[in-house]
Amino acid sequence: MLEAILTYEFLQNAFASGLIIGVIAPLLGVFIVVRRLSLIADALSHVTLAGIAGSLYLSQSVGALALLNPLYLGIASSVMGSMLIERLRSVYKHYEELAIPIILSAGIGFGAIFISLAEGFSSDLFGYLFGTVSAVSRQDLYIVAGIAVIVLAFIRIFFKELFVLSFDDEYARASGLPAKWIHFLFMIVTALVIAGSMRIVGILLVSSLMTIPVATAMRLAKSFKQTIWLSILFGQISVITGLVAAFHFDLAPGGTIVVTSIGILMIVLAYRKISLSKRRGASA
Amino acid sequence: MAAPLIDIKEVSYEYEQTTALDHISMRVEEGDFLAILGPNGSGKSTLLKIMLGLIRPSEGSVALFGIDSRQFKHREWIGYVSQKSNSFNSAFPATVQEVVAGGLVKKTGLFHKMPKNTDEQVEEALDAVGMKPFLSRSISELSGGQQQRVFIARALVAKPKVLILDEPTVGIDHQNVQAFYDMLAVLNRERNITLVLVTHDVDTVTDRITHVACLNQTIHFHGFKDQLHMMSDEEREAWYGHSVRKIHHTEGSHTHA
Repeated sequence: MLEAILTYEFLQNAFASGLIIGVIAPLLGVFIVVRRLSLIADALSHVTLAGIAGSLYLSQSVGALALLNPLYLGIASSVMGSMLIERLRSVYKHYEELAIPIILSAGIGFGAIFISLAEGFSSDLFGYLFGTVSAVSRQDLYIVAGIAVIVLAFIRIFFKELFVLSFDDEYARASGLPAKWIHFLFMIVTALVIAGSMRIVGILLVSSLMTIPVATAMRLAKSFKQTIWLSILFGQISVITGLVAAFHFDLAPGGTIVVTSIGILMIVLAYRKISLSKRRGASA
Repeated sequence: MAAPLIDIKEVSYEYEQTTALDHISMRVEEGDFLAILGPNGSGKSTLLKIMLGLIRPSEGSVALFGIDSRQFKHREWIGYVSQKSNSFNSAFPATVQEVVAGGLVKKTGLFHKMPKNTDEQVEEALDAVGMKPFLSRSISELSGGQQQRVFIARALVAKPKVLILDEPTVGIDHQNVQAFYDMLAVLNRERNITLVLVTHDVDTVTDRITHVACLNQTIHFHGFKDQLHMMSDEEREAWYGHSVRKIHHTEGSHTHA
């Protein structure tokens, strides 16, 4: 396997991108899960689908755009989707969750229209939907690396504010923290991570890499920082195992990564159950 | 003479064409332990939110430490403890230490690292509320009363001059409510922290406070707690909206709704 990675550039791209995503998706995912925004990640991934499908269609129908990397339009639509969600949340103050199905269905709607308009990009689209090992270009890797730099800088700069905002939104605002602005930036960074992750995990499964490792970590962690480190660890194990399995068995990496992460979750849940019943037995 | 810590002048607040507060004027001086009492929907929490700058009044003005609240920058001087059930995610994966350190975030400021002595400051704040032994425990493992003490520590860690508490004993059993108010009285007396409290626990709190404000859209009484008995039965009924009995105890007069 190592020899193959050293030999083939596409494998280097896929593994390097995967390792980066295995850090940034669970890292941001911790904040998404504790702030109960998991469904927003799903909505944004579907908006990204519209951007990707639109870009693939444009590259077919407009000659000048034939070489345009669909990731750019995917990122743009994801960021736009995050802003629209925020706008809708403020319009429907008492029904904030309405923003999610509206944006999610808009994403699928536009995506379906672009897919119907274009013909012959089914294999490309399959890669974007469920992830790919073979089609990750060096340019894709650079984009993912660029997104990682933005995400890590954002978390580094605003970590303490994000923690307070995630734990107790009302307290954060009462303390005079610029909660609105930090949340706005958080949504844009989330949109970037979703768009960047989909090349490896796929649009339909991208939110799972942000939530399942976190769900697993929360069953074991004693502190917030421990939750972050364990989420990244489980994210890395899932990505590496998933990519190796995808390469060997010629499977979509999105599926293998997600199934691996669910496998880890099951093991941790079983471990917790056994250790809890042992503890109860000892104290009885 | 020093400016009052909180000076509310002719404040009104309307929400969806309903008047929540109608021309309220009130001062909170240094060292006060003020309880704002009133029935449900009387505008108590709205008044606290206006004090905190979370919402703007429709009319009137609020000055904090002598500065118009719109220009007031020292939010760290005002500690806030909300109704636990309202805003806190009870399954949040964080230790008591991490939660209390969150109280230093505003004081530390954007783009700045947490101070090097954060751990000592957190321990000191937890010590003040009797929760130091719980430092490494997960916040979700604690009882309601213990969690509320942790939130007081989070407010105290930035060394505020005023502590504002919105029904802090909701969900805490009666025995712990007594101990909770005792702790607040100690903070008020020994650490000279000015306290503003919204509560329904009229009986329990009366022995510990210095001032009372009776609110129901307007202020029906505001003054020393010992003067509360001077309210006539008509005034009490106008305040609470229905008959309120006044029960005399040997140590003073208590009001029961």
